[in-house]
Amino acid sequence: MKQFIEIANVTVSYRENIALKNISLNMEEGDFISVIGPNGAGKTTLLTVINGLGKILSGSVKVFGTSLITSNINKIRTKIGYVSQHLNIDPRFPISVREVVKIGRFGKIGLFNHISHKDEEIVDSAMELVGISKLAQRPIGHLSAGEQQKVEIARALAQQPEIMLLDEPTSNLDPKSQTDLIKLIDRIYKEKKLTTVFVTHILSHIPTSCNKVVLMKRGKIIWFGGIKTALNEELLSDLYDCPIEITNKRGRILAQPKWW
Amino acid sequence: MFEILQYKFIQRAILASIFGGASCGIVGVWVIMLRIPFVGVAMSHAAFAGAIFGLLLHINPLMMAILFCLSSALVIGPMADKADFDPNVSIGIVFSMVLGIAFLGMGLIKGPKTEALKFIWGNILTISGKDVILLIIMAFLILLVSIFLFKEIQAVLFNREIASSVGIPQKLIFYFLLFICGLTVTLNLNTIGGLLIFSLIINPPSAAYQLTYNLKVIFGLSAIFGISSCLLGLFFSYIFNVPSGAVIIITSSLIFGLCLIFSPKRKVKKYEST
Repeated sequence: MKQFIEIANVTVSYRENIALKNISLNMEEGDFISVIGPNGAGKTTLLTVINGLGKILSGSVKVFGTSLITSNINKIRTKIGYVSQHLNIDPRFPISVREVVKIGRFGKIGLFNHISHKDEEIVDSAMELVGISKLAQRPIGHLSAGEQQKVEIARALAQQPEIMLLDEPTSNLDPKSQTDLIKLIDRIYKEKKLTTVFVTHILSHIPTSCNKVVLMKRGKIIWFGGIKTALNEELLSDLYDCPIEITNKRGRILAQPKWW
Repeated sequence: MFEILQYKFIQRAILASIFGGASCGIVGVWVIMLRIPFVGVAMSHAAFAGAIFGLLLHINPLMMAILFCLSSALVIGPMADKADFDPNVSIGIVFSMVLGIAFLGMGLIKGPKTEALKFIWGNILTISGKDVILLIIMAFLILLVSIFLFKEIQAVLFNREIASSVGIPQKLIFYFLLFICGLTVTLNLNTIGGLLIFSLIINPPSAAYQLTYNLKVIFGLSAIFGISSCLLGLFFSYIFNVPSGAVIIITSSLIFGLCLIFSPKRKVKKYEST
């Protein structure tokens, strides 16, 4: 398996606050890695380091075997789909769902070039895969939070990425939308086998396709390994600073605070 | 009535209304959708400061106005990004700085300050043929940018972080839009004036924004509203013999008011229980 992402001794600082403390992590092609940890652990910063949106203070990041530098960053980003946390969209913003999904193609098309018929087909198939084709002409600001997240996923898929970065896509959603979205992420992984990094702080949101887990706390990776070994009460209790109980409900392993 | 059209200064004023109004209308869409409405004020005062120092140093005031305006445009974007500010904060900082420089320049000018004050008030009826040519060039440049970089501009206006994440050179586009905005403001100083141009950048796109969810249509409508504001303002100022710049702005505000009242986006769907 090829090393797709190589993070070596990376430190990220937001002035007074050190978000990542000398972390190292390698991810192989086809991995589905969930990054879990409490709020403020540095999970989102870890994602932004991979696509170069976050500025590193020291260390190095290689994606597809290439170091991220100013001259190649835009080219590398065209191969990385990034779904950020809930977007705050003005309901009257003049952009339709289809136009938002099309944005995923713009980096690949390049400056001054127009979108081709083939690009339009890729946009259509991304919307179909995510199940938002019938929303295509609606203004994105008129959709529910769950639908907007699906549009974001379709926009990332329209890039035809080799890596998908998903930053807490289930936050701000109701339970039904959360379940639908997790199932969708699972389905996309099974169909496309994209190297995926999924960030969440809710253990029950980890998709079933996930094969590896990164546990983060206060800017450090405290554990990295297989999903089965990660579901350990002692390890997770230490991560969240509260007693965590692991239960098995109809074959699905759930980890939640003991007092629930 | 129509005999006034034979006068050269009226012909120049009409051309300036068409091309200046269209430029301000299109640039205004960028400004409104990037949520940086005060960029127009900051730029116009930068141009004003530049023009004053041009007069003081006996350098072409228009050239100095352009230089100051473009320098401000090049400071606002990177300052906001480097210092991790909201762009409106860096606009505020640049605005206060250029205002200070303008006042300093005004204090240093000896005698009457009429020449300097014309950059504040502007007068569409006194602009030269050279000014009109510059406005026409500017309008075509903005049109070309809007056509050839439409998809990148649309992505940047929607969300700068998303634009970056898909591989668009977002910062370059953002700074370039600010740069064009500065240039547009400067070239329209003689027409509308530094104080009033802010309204011509804000009102037409805000009016267009009320009417449609299609960005291309918003650009078109905003340009039409900009042109209409200038032409109608020019007409009313002639009829009532009042300052043209002020009437242009009042007209653009009235257009906005009408669009707001009849906005389909503000319609509330009624619920009928069965």
